[in-house]
Amino acid sequence: MSTSETAGSHDLALRHQFVDSEQQRDASSMGMWLFLVTEVMFFGGMFTAYLIYRHANPAAFMAGSLALSVQYGAFNTVVLIGSSLTMALGVRCAQLGQRKALVGWLIATILLGATFLGVKAVEYTEKWENHHVPGPTFNFDTTKEPSTKDHPEAQAPSKSVEMYFSLYFAMTGMHALHMIIGIGLMSVLAWLSWKGMFGRDYYAPIEYAGLYWHFVDLVWIYLFPLLYLIGRRHNF
Amino acid sequence: MSSGHIGHVSPIRTYILIWAALMVGTILTVAASMVDFPGPMNAVVALAIATVKATLVVLFFMHVKYISYKVNIIVIVSAIFWLLLLLGMVSIDYVGRAFS
Amino acid sequence: MATAAAPAGSNYLTNGSSVASWLLTKDHKRIALLYLLSVTFFFFIGGVFALLIRLELLTPQGDLLQADTYNKVFTMHGQIMVFFFLIPVVPAVLGNFLVPLMIGAKDLAFPRINLLSWYLYIVAGILMLWTLALGGVDTGWTFYTPLSSQFSRTNVVLAAVAIFINGFSSIFTGLNFIVTIHRMRAPGMTWSRLPLFVWAHYATSVIMVLGTPVVAITLLLVAFERLLHLGIFDPALGGDPLLFQHLFWFYSHPAVYIMILPSMGIISELIACFSRKRIFGYSAVALSSIGIAVIGFLVWAHHMFVAGISVYAALVFSFLTYFVGVPSAIKVFNWTATMYKGAVTLTTPMIYAIGFLGLFTIGGLTGLFLAAIGLDVHVTDTYFVVAHFHYVMVGGVVMGYLGGIHFWWPKITGRMYPEFWGKLAAMLGFVGFNLTFFPQFIVGYLGMPRRYWMYAPEFQVWNVLSTAGATVLAVGYLMPLIYLGWSLRYGEKVGDNPWGAVGLEWMTSSPPPTENFLEIPVVTWEAYDYEHIKEVPVVY
Repeated sequence: MSTSETAGSHDLALRHQFVDSEQQRDASSMGMWLFLVTEVMFFGGMFTAYLIYRHANPAAFMAGSLALSVQYGAFNTVVLIGSSLTMALGVRCAQLGQRKALVGWLIATILLGATFLGVKAVEYTEKWENHHVPGPTFNFDTTKEPSTKDHPEAQAPSKSVEMYFSLYFAMTGMHALHMIIGIGLMSVLAWLSWKGMFGRDYYAPIEYAGLYWHFVDLVWIYLFPLLYLIGRRHNF
Repeated sequence: MSSGHIGHVSPIRTYILIWAALMVGTILTVAASMVDFPGPMNAVVALAIATVKATLVVLFFMHVKYISYKVNIIVIVSAIFWLLLLLGMVSIDYVGRAFS
Repeated sequence: MATAAAPAGSNYLTNGSSVASWLLTKDHKRIALLYLLSVTFFFFIGGVFALLIRLELLTPQGDLLQADTYNKVFTMHGQIMVFFFLIPVVPAVLGNFLVPLMIGAKDLAFPRINLLSWYLYIVAGILMLWTLALGGVDTGWTFYTPLSSQFSRTNVVLAAVAIFINGFSSIFTGLNFIVTIHRMRAPGMTWSRLPLFVWAHYATSVIMVLGTPVVAITLLLVAFERLLHLGIFDPALGGDPLLFQHLFWFYSHPAVYIMILPSMGIISELIACFSRKRIFGYSAVALSSIGIAVIGFLVWAHHMFVAGISVYAALVFSFLTYFVGVPSAIKVFNWTATMYKGAVTLTTPMIYAIGFLGLFTIGGLTGLFLAAIGLDVHVTDTYFVVAHFHYVMVGGVVMGYLGGIHFWWPKITGRMYPEFWGKLAAMLGFVGFNLTFFPQFIVGYLGMPRRYWMYAPEFQVWNVLSTAGATVLAVGYLMPLIYLGWSLRYGEKVGDNPWGAVGLEWMTSSPPPTENFLEIPVVTWEAYDYEHIKEVPVVY
């Protein structure tokens, strides 16, 4: 196996299968973008379900939207956009070889991500206490719920609202899972950055983790209006 | 062969401006959700704002505006195209059922 | 680099013999062999279920298996064959081995992800075997809801998780190929000089990357419904079982092109080599692969014509389904035109290739029957459909795969398979296949439904023929296992290029060195230039 380890180049960051570092950079960035394509299609399946069911059950989706807290959702949107900023600044520091600042921005990103998850946990807990989690305990009477009882357009069978919450938990749950993975990734990268693994010559892992983080932010940019906002005024 | 390659480094000001634009977008979309637009316009407005925000993130935070390997632009466009294909082709059935 | 050259006779097979040198290898050629072993294993597991099905259907009564067991047997046959054999078989084995060699690269772009992909396949495979050990699944390979989400009392979640993980294996293979083909081609290896095998793998990879995530989330949602009561497909909550079918077939119809396209790539190589001619209409064949991949995404609802989709949607999808026949037909016509006035030699790989042409044509044309809504209503869920897709998936994919394995066997091992036994197995496979599946067209058209363990007595004669054919087919598939294994040790050692083929993969030693080429080749000739290249240039 020794031939494959030494063949190629003196550049330690250059892997043996590549001819030069430009080829390696193009290949790895394309690999990352293709991975994000698969993520788009992965969430795309759930967005399709959302589209179809929302049109089948507009009143139930209005009721479900009204039961969510716009304050929590908007706060989390701000937090996540902030984390995208810290991430982008982190990548910038990596490009410039600023080790300590890079670690700082990564930690800031982690903290903002954790804040998002904390708020999400509070929201989930409230849903559980209000019996808004799908399953045998689910109960949502649109004529009695304080959020919907005064909205004639938001009257729907409990079962239909349960569909809304099934989608809500599936979509925000998969999003939260991606956040957790992202935070894990950032923690490892912060540690490796602290140890000086990355510099001006080699920062691709930071850049690609950044792409992943921004993608997760993108999903939320759509989830927030779709789940929290657009059903509030009309059941269209 | 050149070792290491620095991609485009944006000034901090650009990132702050984009961040500010995203915050404005967030405020706008919340505000728009409190207004009664006719018909489906609430959804259209919200999705339009979200798409503007998403575009800013992709172009500036994700550096697509300065991307060095142009093939990646085809990759990104095909992701959007195939997502719309999934949404659109499934919708054909449901729209059709509404007419049957 | 020349200083790093290993001593003469050293190649990827002799470069390390410890278990770790195989299980931790990042060499695409060794990973291909790991895949070869594991895929073959699952092929025979799936084959055992196929034989159980055929044995049960020998008689009209349910004597060997009862209904519940039979449901599990055909489900496990389908899931194992589709997800663990047909989808990975050509890309992960021959594609893995050959794509870097054919484009003049040292390896795939991401060797570690390639190895990860194999490990994911193995984890998924173990989960699938565990599902089997726990009693299997009875939903059919399609996991239709609400049967899978609510009523089945079998291990649906475990099987869904296995296929979910296997999906990532497939995604990583596709991702690796796309990047490799875009960015790792040797100098001079332009897109218009790429072997059609590589074009086919490019098209396949596009489907893998764009389609697989959708079935992954769909199966995950089924698992969520069973585990967490998230009733996305629950009719009681207004959930639409048809939505499941839409999402499932958005991947699973293009998935049949994941299976057939790489085999079509093999056929292009075989027919060019054994007709000693450049492929007729090279660009048309190359672009038709892309055409199949794209149009293949627009036809899925033809699986749902009788399921209750709107008649307007059915018309649209029926119309688009006819369109996907066009690029497939372009390929068949061009292959035939290539053989016309060519110097055809009937070696084992060529016999497989010609067998492919016949069987795929039947499979493809009956696909047009099924695209016609009126006829489809009559034959939906009958053995006509079963016969149709076996003609494509077995008659097409497996014939192509076996042809490819024989063709590149001297490349992979440095030794030749025994030609007599090869020809015999190819012909037995062809005869056995037709005897197994042609009667199913007839019995299906007469109205025998699929997925039942009993049937009306008047169908028995066709079923006896089919079971007899399955026995011949099984012999045709077992024989290569034996003589190829034999040839590993006793096969004649042949030179680097026993076929006189012109692909780049033949311009390095057989078996190739670990780095594939001792020097990066520079390509100055067109693909399949058999008319002009009398002497194959040697670049090592």
